[in-house]
Parts: sequence; structure tokens; C-alpha cells
Amino acid sequence: MIVAENVHFSYPNKVEALKGVSLTIKDGEFVAIMGQNGAGKSTFVKHFNGLLKPTSGKVCVDGVETTKTSVAALARNVGFVFQNPDHQLFSETVEDEIAFALKNFGFKPEVVEERVTWALNLLALTQYRKTSPFLLSGGERKRVALASVLAWDPKALILDEPTIGQDHDQKEILRQFIIQMQTQGKTVVIVTHDVEFVAECNPRVVLMKEGKIVAEGIGKDILTNPDVLTESSIVLPQIAQIFMKLSQLGLPKNIIDIYEAEKIILNAKESKPVK
Amino acid sequence: MAIIETKNLTYTYPGASKPSISDVSIKVEKGEFVLITGPSGCGKTTLCRCFNGLIPHFYQGELTGEISVAGEDTLKHHTYEMAKHVGLVFQNPENQLFALSIEKDVAFGLENTGVPREEMRKKVDWALNQTGIYDLRERSPHEISGGQQQRVAIASVLAMEPEIIVLDEPTSFLDPLSAEKIFEVIYELNKKQGITVILVEHRLDLTAKYTDHLIVMDEGKVRFEGNPREILSTEETRLIGVGIPKATLLYQMLKKDGLNLSGNTPLSSEELADQLLETLKTK
Amino acid sequence: MSVFDGLKFRKVHSPIHNLDPRIKFVYVISIFVVAILFAQIIPLLFLFVLQIPFVLLASVQRQWLRSLRGAAFLAGFIFVVNVGTDYFTSGYLLTAVNVESAVGLTLRFVVLVESFSVFFLTTSPDHLGLALEESRVPYEFAFAFTTAVRFVPVLAEEAQTIMDAQKARGLELEKGGLLKKIRNYVPVLIPLIVSAIRRSLELAEAMESRAWGATKKRTNLYALKLHMGDYALLAITIGILVGAVYVHFYVPIPTIVHLLQHKSL
Repeated sequence: MIVAENVHFSYPNKVEALKGVSLTIKDGEFVAIMGQNGAGKSTFVKHFNGLLKPTSGKVCVDGVETTKTSVAALARNVGFVFQNPDHQLFSETVEDEIAFALKNFGFKPEVVEERVTWALNLLALTQYRKTSPFLLSGGERKRVALASVLAWDPKALILDEPTIGQDHDQKEILRQFIIQMQTQGKTVVIVTHDVEFVAECNPRVVLMKEGKIVAEGIGKDILTNPDVLTESSIVLPQIAQIFMKLSQLGLPKNIIDIYEAEKIILNAKESKPVK
Repeated sequence: MAIIETKNLTYTYPGASKPSISDVSIKVEKGEFVLITGPSGCGKTTLCRCFNGLIPHFYQGELTGEISVAGEDTLKHHTYEMAKHVGLVFQNPENQLFALSIEKDVAFGLENTGVPREEMRKKVDWALNQTGIYDLRERSPHEISGGQQQRVAIASVLAMEPEIIVLDEPTSFLDPLSAEKIFEVIYELNKKQGITVILVEHRLDLTAKYTDHLIVMDEGKVRFEGNPREILSTEETRLIGVGIPKATLLYQMLKKDGLNLSGNTPLSSEELADQLLETLKTK
Repeated sequence: MSVFDGLKFRKVHSPIHNLDPRIKFVYVISIFVVAILFAQIIPLLFLFVLQIPFVLLASVQRQWLRSLRGAAFLAGFIFVVNVGTDYFTSGYLLTAVNVESAVGLTLRFVVLVESFSVFFLTTSPDHLGLALEESRVPYEFAFAFTTAVRFVPVLAEEAQTIMDAQKARGLELEKGGLLKKIRNYVPVLIPLIVSAIRRSLELAEAMESRAWGATKKRTNLYALKLHMGDYALLAITIGILVGAVYVHFYVPIPTIVHLLQHKSL
């Protein structure tokens, strides 16, 4: 779905943010792009909907090179949810907010109406239809922003730091939501530094550092590799930390799921005690 | 006498239909490291604002009940008086720094209270050193990272030498590594300088290990208060929506499965790992 | 934007940059006053040339020239308007005297722009803020100034983020006629304003929490001290003022036209 080939990108002030990044994201994949602040994660994903165009190299979305088309055209297929919902909200009602993009994309009024109702339902916002988005709580505003992007049903969804400021329950809802999107066949890309959240989702993980991709693979492998993680200034998830220490007993190191951890430990206790 | 004490504290924001906190009665002793947690909207931020007088003086609204901070009744003392005793560090690093250089920001509170220049210089340098940012003192706030900005915020509050520092989700916008550094700085201040710390956080996996006084809030009320090892092992806490550290969860799961683990409920991965090593090595 | 380039501060270490901003300001105001005093070309040209050693000492030639370029348009406009009014009011006569007086007025404008340009190019916002704090200006104003400057890059970034967020929802800023284009900016302006308001609230909280308003007698971490260079500049300024007043009242200044006529005689 998204193919990046040797992308280099420099900001106007000559700082080179991306130094030759290549990545292929297939349709329906779930990818987490991780790395320290300043590694280039946000810069990279902004190439997926054409907000940024590579200084050299190319990015193709659904076979179309991003330099050959407009942001609006790309946005039709790639929905981008920014970190701070307050950077988007401007309408008088939640309804108008959700309808905004639909109108921009030229949907007919009846379809707009349908889609708005559908999006409101999906994110449990129906009772706020006629409310001003500014009167809602932080978590509710985040849902409005998400609804306004889902409304046009893009094939791919990019979420920039979706877990910031969220409490445990809210993160769980988000996780379930991403699974739901996945079952619908959407491609989901999240940019985050929340290891625990990624550990729970176990997506494909791409690690970035100083404008380059330093590692990529399944969450289980990447998130349990201490060398690769310290290089990109990421902390091991708690379960992995525990198994790092338990590895001296011969237990596997690449565990990030709590239920798997439970099983392995119980098995280890059942069988002959090690050493 | 406790350094912070509240009795049936209830507060309603102007125009709100119900109170944000109700009947909050807590006691904090001098030198403690207190952790306050709870789901979004539980009232922890509101409670923080009560400690330094922002509530009621800045926010107006209705405040009932008793509150005493560092021996002063906050209702009778303006925020700028309370600032001498209580420092408050907020969530967003960017919006707490207003000067064009770091050291001018750290000096802000001292300038406001009319501290003479010589003395100010000493206190500013001390605060900068305590938070490990002395080398950044002439930079502008926009040039430094979020983690460094938060350390500046802590330094600027520290410079006023308060007895209490309250931090309201100071690491929300930071990556885990920067967050850890901030917690280490705060812990040092508590241990070495004896400053009473009140930390509001979601990230219990990183912070629970620092405290033995945990307060769990939900819907404006204090639900649990006491030792985190006890509180975090209960089902009720989990149901409130508190982010129990994975190590603690795993411990509970294994205990339920019949595994014999010695020692206290672990709050960190190191603790659990040690307990597991012990159990798995013996017959 | 080249006019604004000429007003942006550059972080360079030069003797001019280190001068006390208050003295620099007095100097600039004096140039302003002297420029108003004269309408003839020769003294104004002299004033203009006087700026150049400062520009060179401060190593800001490139930016200064850029501001000159930017001012050129407005200067040309002033020239045309003046010549034009004289032309029409004197009954369609284009005299050398009129042209010369128009040149003079244009030159006066250029001198004013250039001296302010040198001031802003060589004075950091910190320095300016400090000067404001140390002067009789109420602290609130100095604070408002430095805080505003501090947040300019933050707001600029935020504006960019907001535009990106809305573009990602299909907003096409460049599309449509003038009216539509203006309406396109509403989804950018509103979040920006709301964000600014929210930011002010957070700032106010932080300020209150750091004893804002504790006492009217605020102290300052820094102090502006006058050095040799400042006194030198002050002396130069006084010299210029005195000289200007003397020349204005006692020395007749020939116009270029006059000189040319005499030469040809």
C-alpha cells in the first residue's frame, strides 16, 4: 500500500531529518513506528499523505508517487490523526466537525449525513451530535478528531502518538479500536514511544534513530532485543525486563505478552527445576 | 503536625453542575513521597490546584472543607504567598517557560519576590545544578528537548526553596527514558533535600516503586490511600481503571495459579524477577 | 519579506551588538530627530553615510542591504507621489527644485528605515526586554514583550501543524476565488486562536504559582551596565545633535540645483 524508497528529507533550515529510509507497508498491515523524540518518525509518516515530499527518493501510495498528486487526493486514502485534537477542532457542532472532510472530498449531502451518523455511532458520540466540540472533555475531543477522520473511511489510518495523556482504560479502548480497524482490512500505522502499549498490540515494529531505520520486525523480537532498544533510547517493556533476568535459567527471552509469560513460568515450575 | 492536611475538601468549578472533588480528607507528613493516581477526570488535577491556592484564588468557584498546607490555611493566603511553600509543576513543559533564557526562567519566582541579585544568583545556580541543567542556562527554551524543559520547570520551582513540590503528570508529553530521568531527579530531591513530593501520574510501572503512600482517586473521591503494595493487588483498584504495573499483575496471576512467591507484592520488574528466580531455582 | 529580514535579530558577537540597547535607542531617536530637522539632500546624505560604519562594524551588511531593497519600493512610491503633487499643484511644471525636494523627502524616509534596521539587527530580544525592564516601563509591558517574542517560534510551528492537520482532511487552501481563499483559512485560524487562549491560561497558572504579583519591587537577575563603548556612542550622539542644531540654524545649506547652477556659471 505504501512504499518508501530511499527517502531523504531536509527541512528548509537545512537540517536533514531523513537519511535514506526505505519501507514497504502492505495492505492491512499494522505497523508501529518507534524511536526517540527527534528520530524522524513524525517527519517520515507525513510523507504518507503528501504533507511532506522527499528531497530525494520517492514515496508511492497505492502505486501513485506522492509528488505527482495533491495532499487532498492522498488524504482520501490515507487518514492522518494528529496528536493534539485541538489542532483540528474549529466547528460549531460535532456534526459539522465530522462533516468537514466529507464536504472537502465532495461527498453528496445525503451521503454526508449517513457517514456522520455512522461515525458518531462508531465512537459513541451520538449524544454530542449538536454539542460544540470545545465543551467536551479531552478524551471526548480525541474521539471527535478520530471520528472526523474515520468518517470518510480511508484505507489507511495513521495515528500520531495516540496514547499521550490517555489513562489505562482509554488506552485499552484504543487498542480494541485498532483491532477493529484491522479486522475491517484497514492498514494502521501508529507513531509512538509507548512500549507497553505496543507490547500489548504486538504489531510489526519499525525502530528509527537519527533519521534512519535501525531495526524492524515483529514486536516480540524487536521489543526484547536490549541492544537495539538502547540504541534508539527505548525502554524494554516490563514483561521483557523480567524475562531478561530469567534468561539465566534458560527461559526464552522474547516474551512480551503477560499471558504467555504466565504459561511459561508455570511450565518452568512444573518441570524439573532448572540448575 | 502533617505538612498537608485536608478535611472534607469539596470544590466545584464556576458554572459546573457537580463538584470535581468531594469530601477529600488526606494527610501528608513532612518528607513523604506521595503518589496520586486515578482515571482521567477523577479530580487529581483539581486537588493539586488546591495545594498552592490556585483553587480558590485563581479559579474562583466554591471550595468547602478545611485545608492546611505548610501550616497555612490556603483560603486565607494568596497564591503568591503559598508559592514560598509549595511549588507546582504542570503537564505541558512548553507553557511553563516564558523567559528568553533558561536561567532567567529559573530566576522568575525569585525576581517576583524581590530577592536581591547576589542571593538570587546563588539560588539559581544551585537549582540548575540540582536538576542537572547548569550547562543549558543560557539557552532559549525553544532550543531544548521536552525532558530538559521539564527539568527547567522543576528548577524554577526549586529555586524558591519550597517545602513541598507538587507535580501534575509532568511526564505526559515525554518519552519513557526522559520520564525516568525526571522521576530520578524528583526522587533525589525528596531523599537528599527532604522536600515533600506529591506526584500525580498514570505511569505506575515507573513510579510506584518510589513511594509508600499511594492515593487512588475516582470521580472526585479518594477511594484508597495507603501502601501501594496492598492497594495495587486488589481487584477494585483494577476495576477503577488504574494502570497496574505489569509486574504486579503477573504476580497476582501467578499467585492465583498457586505459585509460591515469597516477599511482598512487587512493584517493579526487578522485584518480581528476583522473586521468580528464587522460586524457580528451588525445588 | 525582505523588509522584515532587515529587522530580524542575528546572533553575532560584535561591538555594536554588545552596546547597551538604551543608548542605541537614544542614538536612533536622535537620528530620527535630525532627519526630520533637515529636508535638504546634503545633510541627509551625510546621515545616511553615517550609518555605514555601524553596519560594517556589526557585520550585518547583507541583511541591511536586503532591508534597503525592501524599502526601495516604498521609497520610490514616496518619490513619485511628491513629484506628482508638486507637478499638478504648480500647474504641470516639472522643475529641478521640486525633483530635488522630492529626493530629499525620499532620502529622509530611507535614513529613518535604515537606522531602525541597524537597531533591530543588532539588538537581541533578550536585550530589548532587559532594557524595557530596567527603564520606567511597567514590568507588565516588558514581560508581555519578552513572552510574545518567546512564543513566536512556538506559534509559527503550531500554525504549520494546524495547516497540516486540516490539509490532511482535504482542505485545499489555494483553491477558489479570493473570498473562498479567505474562508479556507477559518479552520486554521480558529484552532490557532483557541490554542493561544488555552496557552495563556496555562501560562497564567504557571506565573501565579511562581509568586507573580508578590511584590511591586521586583528584582532582576541581570543588570544592564554602561561600558566605554556606550559612553562613546552617547558622545557621538550628542555631537551629532549639537552639530545638527548648529548647522540648521547657522549654516545655509545649498541645494544641488544651486550648486549645479553655480558650477555652470
